[in-house]
Amino acid sequence: MQPQTTETSVSVKVSKNEALTRRLKQFFKYKLAVIGLIVILVQIFLAIFANSVTSYSPTVQDLTHVNLKPGSPGHWLGTDNYGRDMWSRLVFGARLSLMVGFSSVIIGTVIGTLLGLLAGFYKFLDTIIMRISDLMFAFPGILLAMLIIAILGTSLLNVVIAISIWSIPSCARIVRGSVLSLKKQEYITAMRALGASHFRIIFQHILPNGTAPIIVFATMHMGTAILSTSALSFLGLGAEPSTPEWGAMISAGQQYMWQAPHLVIIPGIAIMLVVFAFNVVGDALRDMLDPNMKSR
Amino acid sequence: MFEHILEVKDLGIQFKTAEGFLSAVHGISFNVKRGETVCIVGESGCGKSVSALSLIGLLPNNGEVYKGAIKFQGKDLTKLTSDEIRKLRGNDISMIFQEPMTALNPVFTIGYQLREPLKIHQGLNKARANQVAIDLLRQVGISVPEQRMKQYPHELSGGMRQRVMIAIALACNPKILIADEPTTALDVTIQAQILELLNDLKQRFETSVVMITHDMGVVAEVADRVIVMYSGEIVEQGDVETIFNHPEHPYTQGLLASVPNVDLEQDILEAIPGTMPNLEEQISGCRFHPRCPFATDKCRETKPDIFSIDQHDVRCWLKEAEADGQASRIISN
Repeated sequence: MQPQTTETSVSVKVSKNEALTRRLKQFFKYKLAVIGLIVILVQIFLAIFANSVTSYSPTVQDLTHVNLKPGSPGHWLGTDNYGRDMWSRLVFGARLSLMVGFSSVIIGTVIGTLLGLLAGFYKFLDTIIMRISDLMFAFPGILLAMLIIAILGTSLLNVVIAISIWSIPSCARIVRGSVLSLKKQEYITAMRALGASHFRIIFQHILPNGTAPIIVFATMHMGTAILSTSALSFLGLGAEPSTPEWGAMISAGQQYMWQAPHLVIIPGIAIMLVVFAFNVVGDALRDMLDPNMKSR
Repeated sequence: MFEHILEVKDLGIQFKTAEGFLSAVHGISFNVKRGETVCIVGESGCGKSVSALSLIGLLPNNGEVYKGAIKFQGKDLTKLTSDEIRKLRGNDISMIFQEPMTALNPVFTIGYQLREPLKIHQGLNKARANQVAIDLLRQVGISVPEQRMKQYPHELSGGMRQRVMIAIALACNPKILIADEPTTALDVTIQAQILELLNDLKQRFETSVVMITHDMGVVAEVADRVIVMYSGEIVEQGDVETIFNHPEHPYTQGLLASVPNVDLEQDILEAIPGTMPNLEEQISGCRFHPRCPFATDKCRETKPDIFSIDQHDVRCWLKEAEADGQASRIISN
């Protein structure tokens, strides 16, 4: 008769919910990250309900009320040099920056992860993919984006494409690093010994083990992507001046900086807050997901 | 039907290094019968693990089989394409590893990992695979298998994980199970349970087992036949009683003498002097002669042939005379 293992009454109740609560509790220890998360949630809320929280269209001009100061009746954040409501433009700008940020991060991360997985797993692809990414690292990021836009033409869509392309090599490099260490793990050898195909090993067994750095990268990169979008728009390479885009707003408000400083300060603060928020949340996630830093 | 399910003939394995090719295994031959347990014993670095990995086609990237053949049911595994050998792995030939702590994927439940081989090789759907998996867990002596299916590896003890590993390896009812030091990482009581389990399952699943170990206690427990390896060669092979009762090769004698005897009060542990030669070391004659207390000039100059004495193959010149006396088979090399 087989000796039965003795631990018959082990509690098997550590449910997924409990694990999630534990993770959340851990997250709430990072005070700054909680503030960051609130900022992000507020931005998402404003972006979704942009139409309901504003009473003016962000693009309609009202030349009788130009450069109104914040606190003016009807326009609590004032108006810009064409009399457009700053609050509306800010809120619709939040929607735009989120959209651009999310789409470029998703495109960049998906392609970057794919390339990183291949580079880490197959030695012959490693050299090719990593040398190409080295080549891209040689350019300063914003210059690379400008180059891509110069080729594709000026538009917000092209900004998304440029920022995605720019984020691919760094993502690929992070993923490759974790694949290199993961593929030597005994459980991966064990999967090979079970006759799993390469596809199965890469996507079903290596990828789930390497998600933590990808999540951290994506979060951190959201901030960078939003900042770069604004920077490109500020330089006139992204959104058109009439679009409620934060960078474009700063660019347009620049010449009225002394008469109406709120034209540059308000979108500037918005950019700063959002980028800061994504960075602190990304930091907290990194600390949380890195088992070596659990001691906190 | 083949009498020998696995036939290894003159297998040589080499590694590509910065200094050129290094041969880790130089021409080993052995057979495994259906339902038999064969133990490969030897010190660390004698090539036993590498030989085992080559059986399943999982040599490291810089390693290759440079000569010989591995015949599984008459098919030469060294000639199969990677896709063909992948279909054999886990299905006809399975492997369990030394470290149960790291051989299970930490992010998946036990159930998920048990379903994997069933999905890969038998194309079972999840519900059916679940039933088979629960049954397997029961067979390897795991209590409340339905609940275990939902647990993660870190929630199980080492012995339990090794049972799960065995269940995964046996999922597709393989014809050969390769066990690379399956009990080394476990404590002694669990070791005994796992060995008992393996013996029991071997009979139930009619699986041949190739067990790699350096523990003579394990060998005595499970082996039908024993292969003693030294520095990339088989120095002695025979059935377990013969090897334990009449070890012929000085190396085997040394190995057995170096097992501590708890019955003797003042037992001085006998060690074999010296260490195993490096792979790159060129040794003339018998590879064991620098450490052999009985080495003669002939041993230093000429590589010994394999001599057969009572179902028992020994690669040692000292046995030449004995073998001559009997009607014996001499394989020159």
